[in-house]
Amino acid sequence: MRKLIFGLFIAILPALGLAAGAGVHLDDMSPDHTDKESLQRGAALFTNYCMGCHSMEYARYKRVSDDLEIPAALYEENLIFTGAKIGELMKNSMNKDMASGWFGAPPPDLTLETRLRGESWVYSYLRGFYKDETRPLGVNNVVFDLVGMPHVLVDLQGLCAVKPSIGVEPSVEPLSGNINHGDVCPEYAIEGSMTSAEFDQAMWDLTNFMSYMGDPVKVERERLGIFVLIFVAIFFVFAYLLNREYWKDVH
Amino acid sequence: MQKLLNWVDERLPIVDAWNNHLAKYYAPKNFNFWYFFGSLAMLVLVNQLVTGIWLTMSYNPSGEGAFASVEYIMRDVEWGWLLRYLHSTGASAFFIVVYLHMFRGLMYGSYQKPRELIWIFGMLIYLALMAEAFMGYLLPWGQMSYWGAQVIVNLFGAIPVIGEDLSLWIRGDYLISGITLNRFFALHVVALPIVLLALVVLHILALHEVGSNNPDGIDIKKNKDENGIPKDGIPFHPYYSVHDLLGVAVFFFIFFIVVFFFPEVGGLFLEKPNFEPANNLKTPAHIAPVWYFTPFYAMLRAVTVDLFGLDAKFWGVVVMGGAIAILFVLPWLDRSPVRSIRYKGWLSKIALVIFAISFIVLGYLGIVPATEGRTTLAQILTALYFAYFILMPFYTRMEKTKPVPERVTG
Repeated sequence: MRKLIFGLFIAILPALGLAAGAGVHLDDMSPDHTDKESLQRGAALFTNYCMGCHSMEYARYKRVSDDLEIPAALYEENLIFTGAKIGELMKNSMNKDMASGWFGAPPPDLTLETRLRGESWVYSYLRGFYKDETRPLGVNNVVFDLVGMPHVLVDLQGLCAVKPSIGVEPSVEPLSGNINHGDVCPEYAIEGSMTSAEFDQAMWDLTNFMSYMGDPVKVERERLGIFVLIFVAIFFVFAYLLNREYWKDVH
Repeated sequence: MQKLLNWVDERLPIVDAWNNHLAKYYAPKNFNFWYFFGSLAMLVLVNQLVTGIWLTMSYNPSGEGAFASVEYIMRDVEWGWLLRYLHSTGASAFFIVVYLHMFRGLMYGSYQKPRELIWIFGMLIYLALMAEAFMGYLLPWGQMSYWGAQVIVNLFGAIPVIGEDLSLWIRGDYLISGITLNRFFALHVVALPIVLLALVVLHILALHEVGSNNPDGIDIKKNKDENGIPKDGIPFHPYYSVHDLLGVAVFFFIFFIVVFFFPEVGGLFLEKPNFEPANNLKTPAHIAPVWYFTPFYAMLRAVTVDLFGLDAKFWGVVVMGGAIAILFVLPWLDRSPVRSIRYKGWLSKIALVIFAISFIVLGYLGIVPATEGRTTLAQILTALYFAYFILMPFYTRMEKTKPVPERVTG
């Protein structure tokens, strides 16, 4: 019987070891919602490059302006293009039916994109475009094969002539200890205005902003959580003492 | 104050009720860790009711507005995010404490005579809870809400002759739609909570009629002092009320770590595809129910052979239904002269361990995509799950039990 149990355990082990879904390798991105400057840069990038097609229709401009400490007047002047009031939802003016005709599917709302796919996916995707003449728009993406979206950041990144290397282990310089992430693209078909490192930083900011948009209350939630846990811990001490007092006379 | 109490008590037996259920309800003094989960289940139930009522105030049960209204709660409603995370985490917490509570019952034979009805009411609560959770899961109207409901409701379609019409009747439409959402909402917030509360009352009334079991499985009422009070019993209040406060504190500590720091639990409590609105034209690559249903889902998928001219899917539904139904007859399957696992023989001990492992691994297999090897494993584990019950009349009678002490230990 013991042998049988042992055998059963062994039979179960491989199943437990298998993780779900292999997929493509991604570059790690852990967001930092306390980095307001990064979030502000990300908001600017998103508004200028993404919002023409992608709405964030579950969120309000005012909340972003407050949380990111961008003065309301400045925000309205520079970051709202649709003429919406600052208290409104972050919709855009693209007609969904027409967009389906142009791209095959309407560009999805991106409020919750990082929670759907994860920050690392978004960060890798944004840097994963490359030249592919077989595609209708002339570009493809290593993270999202046969992507329907054009490479809108081409004037910043340039257009990579070959598949960019995403998800490659960073190398550590033996003498300085600096981590070398390397350039994702070895050869460009079109040159962009940013260096590879600048573009990586810009995409990190953009992903960070999208991550904040997916979970805007995260910083506040975690701050409160500490106090709640401290309260429960103190409550435990009193509950413990009360319990000990009562149970003294139970033998 | 005393006058008011007397005035009410002459018209409504509140003092009697207080004594019968709390101050003079004598519970065995040897309750251990496993006895926290009953009161914790009550706590989570209250949490679900209170947060649920407040969520209802801002939720919009329509196909067009449901998804956006959940995000409205998360972003624009004051403390809405907290209400929602308390509710979504509470749903999983409910199943965790209920599974542990049920396991306690299995370990200490709490279903045995004279507690058969308590067990049956408990199982009905479990059934109502599963229906409640399933219908509640449709309400956020995300991709997994939608396709999960689609898959489960379609299961009824596997029943011969009436199946297709039955699933049509449940949905109220040819596919899951706003109509389904509305009726699930009504059932989730009104009908099933009433059923749940009624069953909880019955569960506790039946328990207080016969008295609580204990880790030794001894009947404490056999040993009473001159006042007719069980020698091994102590009043529930204040002894177990202060004791349960400790359990509440520890539970809340873990619960709030999840609520405030990991509300998604890596896609286990809130599945990632549910952050995309329901779309009836786009089927997700991998549809998995929430973790608390996955053991049964794995059993459903484990059945792959057509039998007697009926589809494998139908037999899968039968196996899944049977896995829950067989729990109801458990009190009559256990033929052991002793209740507690402490005094049962090694066959019972091994059977319980294998059963628990099978259930947990089936839960894992129900989450991950099926492969050939995993399906074979799920088939073996499903057989072991049923073997625990079907063989119980034999191994509980065959094995040599240990003598049960007169008084409770430890």
